[in-house]
Amino acid sequence: MTELNLLYTDVEDDLRRTVRDLLEDRLGPSAVIAMYDGDRTIVEPLWRALAENLGLASLLIPEAEGGSGASAREAATVCEELGRAAAPVPFLTSAVVATIAVTGSGHQVVADLAAGVTTAALAVPFATAPYGPVPSLAATEGTVTGSVSSVAGALEADVLLIPVDEADGLAIYAVPVSEATVAAVPSLDMSRQLADIVLDAAPGSRVRGDAAASVRAALLAGAAMLASEQVGVASWCLAGTVDYLRERRQFGRPVGSFQALKHRLADLYVSVESGTATARYAAAALAADDSDAEVATAIAASYCSNLAVTAAEEALQLHGGIGMTWEHPVHLYLKRAKAAQLALGHPGEHRGRLADLVDLPYEATDAGKSR
Amino acid sequence: MSTQTDVADKLSEKVTTFLAEHDPVTTDRVEFLRARFDAGLAWVHFPIGRGGLGLAPDLQQQVDARFAEAGAPDNHPRINVIGLGMAAPTLMAYGTEDQLDTFLRPLWTGEQVWCQLFSEPGAGSDLAAVATRAVRDGDQWVVDGQKVWTSSAQNAQLAILLARTDPDVPKHAGLTYFICDMTDPGIEVRPLRQITGESEFNEVFLTGVRIPDSQRLGAVGEGWKVANATLNNERVAIGGGPVPRESGMVGVVAKSWRANPARRRPDLHGRLMELWVESEAARLTGQRLRQKLAVGQPGPEGAAMKLSFARLAQRLSGLELELLGEEGLRYDDWTLRRPLEVDFLGRGPGYRYLRAKGNSIEGGTSEILLNIIAERVLGLPPEHRVDRDVPFRELAK
Repeated sequence: MTELNLLYTDVEDDLRRTVRDLLEDRLGPSAVIAMYDGDRTIVEPLWRALAENLGLASLLIPEAEGGSGASAREAATVCEELGRAAAPVPFLTSAVVATIAVTGSGHQVVADLAAGVTTAALAVPFATAPYGPVPSLAATEGTVTGSVSSVAGALEADVLLIPVDEADGLAIYAVPVSEATVAAVPSLDMSRQLADIVLDAAPGSRVRGDAAASVRAALLAGAAMLASEQVGVASWCLAGTVDYLRERRQFGRPVGSFQALKHRLADLYVSVESGTATARYAAAALAADDSDAEVATAIAASYCSNLAVTAAEEALQLHGGIGMTWEHPVHLYLKRAKAAQLALGHPGEHRGRLADLVDLPYEATDAGKSR
Repeated sequence: MSTQTDVADKLSEKVTTFLAEHDPVTTDRVEFLRARFDAGLAWVHFPIGRGGLGLAPDLQQQVDARFAEAGAPDNHPRINVIGLGMAAPTLMAYGTEDQLDTFLRPLWTGEQVWCQLFSEPGAGSDLAAVATRAVRDGDQWVVDGQKVWTSSAQNAQLAILLARTDPDVPKHAGLTYFICDMTDPGIEVRPLRQITGESEFNEVFLTGVRIPDSQRLGAVGEGWKVANATLNNERVAIGGGPVPRESGMVGVVAKSWRANPARRRPDLHGRLMELWVESEAARLTGQRLRQKLAVGQPGPEGAAMKLSFARLAQRLSGLELELLGEEGLRYDDWTLRRPLEVDFLGRGPGYRYLRAKGNSIEGGTSEILLNIIAERVLGLPPEHRVDRDVPFRELAK
């Protein structure tokens, strides 16, 4: 068996540079901070540039279906950069989760996604883990009725992909947002603002039946790619804090020369390296369609969710007072990290699934129950 | 230009030919190993003529696997960890042609076991404070001093030695690196007993030990630089061996969990899964580091691996005792033993718990490793130091 490559290929490095250059050019922290006061003007032009100019919208769609046929490895590299910039674009929700849910269905929505003219969102709560039953609505005669709360990517979407319960299993319906009520809700992370969706006999087009596996694969890939985004968040927090502590002087010397602070950053470096390895492994396993892909994803998701939160919390503390201010970008990363920790399955849900997958079950014994 | 597959295929052919010419079952063990070295199949990333073929280090695994399959004798790598993992790469980097001719082959075959004479009672974390003196006497050096924490000293024929050759310059500048003959009559080895009851380590006393100048490695006064090459390799050797999932401590604890359903509790399960994930993260980090090393040289990044390994071993071995309940109250054997290698898995859980405490001390304490990461990887400003520009002789001791 060949060992999966956990390093970045030249292609991935090139892609990273392209994405980073564009983000550095087009996105400053002040634009993201403004989103917390309701100014979302940055989102549309930034996403158009990434989706169409760089072609990121169609990254994961096979060439046969009009996409660029890249793998989870490249998508993960993009996610790292988006995390590093706390970028407010629906790449994860549309180009990863929604796209994988419909790929191979032959429905028009796939071609539209591939062309970059449509942005979609899978209408499930953002907290949904890939392991449980899929929250679904009901359809009658081609119309869908019901509500879904706390959906990520819906505000940016043109099309909502609704999991629908049918007599013979789960189906996915595509409903144009014009047929739905999509209400933005104040969210912990406004760089990925959530929305509540209400559908009242909304006309939908049936994308595919027998969709349980597709939705599950979409959420699993989403969790794996989110891990790379979290690595990006953590990397920014580490690098930004290192830079700051080299400059900031107290007691007549740079505070970064104090051992108490150095050790905290060194610890964080060790964790970021570990997180990178788990996220790379998950991406590589998905890309290779490896039988270990689900285990790899559960490892990466549980590790990197906490990593990003730790990194952001450390960054805030080590920045001192400036880190508590609205103007300094560190809070963008804290909010992004804390929200992402709860998204697509909490770390405990990933570890719970892992326990089953690797035969380390917790079965309550009589003694255990009496605790 | 040959592709990677071509290289691997040619290497495989070379092994086949070698095995056809040297029957692994009937050939004398040492003769077999010498011939394997001469064929360049010892460590393929070493140069031709030095036991290697100048190939990528990751090709070694396939060679070792082929020899193991054929039932060939190995060079007892676990008995000569210092020699293979630290002395050899340092020799390769700094040794003269004569030194390489003399030392590399018997090192690899295990005919000569090596130990490391670095740490001293007054030079632990502050290794550059080494006080063992080496004074030039014609074309020899005369060495006096005391070393400590020397594993394998009782079996070793040779040692890598860090000694002070100039006390009148600041401490880092006055050190020189030597190859020391452990059979010299001036060497005395005394076992040191540890908290586990056994004695893996020794104190080594050097009295008038004579070392020919031809056994100096690197220039006079360059010992610190040479020693750092050794220590980077040490951290990789300790932290980054190739490992399948659930190797080592996490495997022991997982096995115990599976075997004892009656002892399962929610709190223990939460901690088990957290440590299982962290063990995988560390294993994958090691895999990633090895993939990086396959295309480059070890840097200070190895420190991170060693740090994770130590923490995990300690937390897992503590959890194992808790999983065991009553059985965790017993200890397998307090008798003074002198093991040739650390046998974590062959001993009991109490031993594992106690022995793991040394993991964050030996080969660089975790605190020193954090300093190394902070300063050399992250580029944070160095600690305020009072000893940097002061001649060694004038330092408070």
